[in-house]
Amino acid sequence: MPSNKGRTTGRTLFQKVWGAHAVRVLPNGQTQLLIGLHLIHEVTSPQAFGMLWDLKLNVACPQRTFATVDHIIPTDNQAEPFADPLAQGMLDALRSACKLYGIKFFDVASGQQGIVHVVGPELGLTQPGLTIACGDSHTSTHGAFGAIALGIGTGQVRDVLATQTLALSPLKVRRINVNGKLGPGICAKDVILHIIRTLGVNGGTGFAYEYGGSAIDALDMEERMTLCNMSIEGGARAGYVNPDKTTFAYLKGRKYAPKGAAWTKAVKHWKTVASDRDAAYDDTVDIDAKEIRPTVTWGTNPGQALCVDENVPAPESAKDATERAAITEALAYMKLQPGAPIKGTKIDVAFIGSCTNGRLSDLREVARQVKGRHVAPGIKALIVPGSMLVKQQAAEEGLDKVFKEAGFEWREAGCSMCLAMNPDKLVGDQVCASSSNRNFKGRQGSPAGRTLLMSPLMVAAAAIEGRVADAREVFGLKA
Amino acid sequence: MPLEKITQVAGTGVFVPGDDIDTDRIIPARFMKCVTFDGLGQYLFYDVRFDKAGHTLGHPLDNPRHKGAAILLSGRNFGCGSSREHAPQALRKSGIRALIAESFAEIFAGNCTTLGMPCVQLPAAEVKKIATAIEADPQMAIRIDLAASTVSYAGSTAPFKMKDGAREALLAGEWDALAQLLGGKEQVAALAAQLGY
Repeated sequence: MPSNKGRTTGRTLFQKVWGAHAVRVLPNGQTQLLIGLHLIHEVTSPQAFGMLWDLKLNVACPQRTFATVDHIIPTDNQAEPFADPLAQGMLDALRSACKLYGIKFFDVASGQQGIVHVVGPELGLTQPGLTIACGDSHTSTHGAFGAIALGIGTGQVRDVLATQTLALSPLKVRRINVNGKLGPGICAKDVILHIIRTLGVNGGTGFAYEYGGSAIDALDMEERMTLCNMSIEGGARAGYVNPDKTTFAYLKGRKYAPKGAAWTKAVKHWKTVASDRDAAYDDTVDIDAKEIRPTVTWGTNPGQALCVDENVPAPESAKDATERAAITEALAYMKLQPGAPIKGTKIDVAFIGSCTNGRLSDLREVARQVKGRHVAPGIKALIVPGSMLVKQQAAEEGLDKVFKEAGFEWREAGCSMCLAMNPDKLVGDQVCASSSNRNFKGRQGSPAGRTLLMSPLMVAAAAIEGRVADAREVFGLKA
Repeated sequence: MPLEKITQVAGTGVFVPGDDIDTDRIIPARFMKCVTFDGLGQYLFYDVRFDKAGHTLGHPLDNPRHKGAAILLSGRNFGCGSSREHAPQALRKSGIRALIAESFAEIFAGNCTTLGMPCVQLPAAEVKKIATAIEADPQMAIRIDLAASTVSYAGSTAPFKMKDGAREALLAGEWDALAQLLGGKEQVAALAAQLGY
């Protein structure tokens, strides 16, 4: 039993990890924070290398930076040169910068390319107690391992390259307890959409979210990644889960995880970084797992969500004029009728993939349910593995055959239709049931495209039915 | 490289109404296929400003009355979503020098500060009052005084809020942290050696 003598309260993981990486207080009052792991990709980093070049600076710790290519890479044919010369130019710029500065690049030829937030964890680079930065807001994903993982802008990518540090102010910590047991067919995606819907898309501003409680403890690592991934959609720059035996079991044996005696030592250390039982939080929220049902967005931000058996809101139901204007605008863009059930909304495209839901467990679950069924006529349905390793493992398990027989296209690894910086895009005002993370106007590549965010299981159900459906009913999932 | 001490930003304003305006809207992803930030200004808010044929949709930024505006005003949670620095870069390259909103998303506000663009917060009612005043007189001067933490316009003065540290950094000419970060090399090396990973 550790003694509490001499301290009034315990510390959170955030405080411990922050404290262990704080170099000094800068003259402007911010903390100079050492970044243990820096991940880069082709969209937000080539400019940072250009800035280094202009300032005649070198990369301080190239061994702490790892690169991959994900946003712009085509998922139908990855042979170079790409049809899009701009995309090829971005890959070339990253490739030559990595070569010049001695940075490890998980290029296509390595067999380990994939979405940066899938690659880091699956290779064991992402570990408890680390500070992690990447020029991508979904860096919060890595918090699933009990790390402080922050999305940063390009100027800050430059700072990390040049100094391995960032100038930051600490975040407050909000503990979010999800207590109880999730019902059948309820995924981590439903949990996070429920949280964002409850706390708002800006509810997390200034906070890191610490997720805990019995329902979170029971999630596997890939589900925890889905949860942490969308912290930023709730306005929280970081989200994390305290490391536990689930975390350690996932990491053991992975390529960059410690081995032998170093492993034992690391696990011992990782156990100490978890929040103390008597840690003080800036805020605490309790959620009953039983209340979480399959959740779908109807509007143009991830907080505009409802349970699959609820109706789209009407402007009159708004609590104030601002919300009324937001509902009216979203309904007009989404071409939905106020008060209409979301269930039954016709879709054109089904997309399963992204850094939120493009991992092996997502694909396994979908394969289990769609086996022997078929995508509805006229629906374009894509399954895009999050990395080349996910693709390979899925193929070894025969999942690819199940998908193809069910009428899904089975693609190469990349960000694909999540943000449409590659050839996978919506056309016109198509409606897409999507396992990705953002339903912003135009997000999926068409200025009028409409996105309904939901779990991969719900996307699979929508693909089979051709319209939004309750996965529990379609697949007969009962307690 | 000493940086400019940003004590105030003055100019005319343009109001872009709405809450939760995300960085995909500020700069759609397809325009990020570039390896420098040059030329991003022309794509600012592209999909809400122009139709398929490139004709204007009547966005406030394209209203000739607001030409030359240096201060952009908006609602709650401005700049949410993607961390893309392309968004503040596109604003800056379009002549915007400061932003006033009810609130800002965190990564966006940090990116703006690093470019020397203040993001100051006013209550919704105050933003609305300024927007109404702009509508009546687009040439009205708006002055953001960082030393006094106020926004002044048409004889009115309102106190603003700003993220801790950002105001001080702008005032001191330390808004780009790199010079300071480069100063701590030995301490960084010592701490890195202790980390054990």
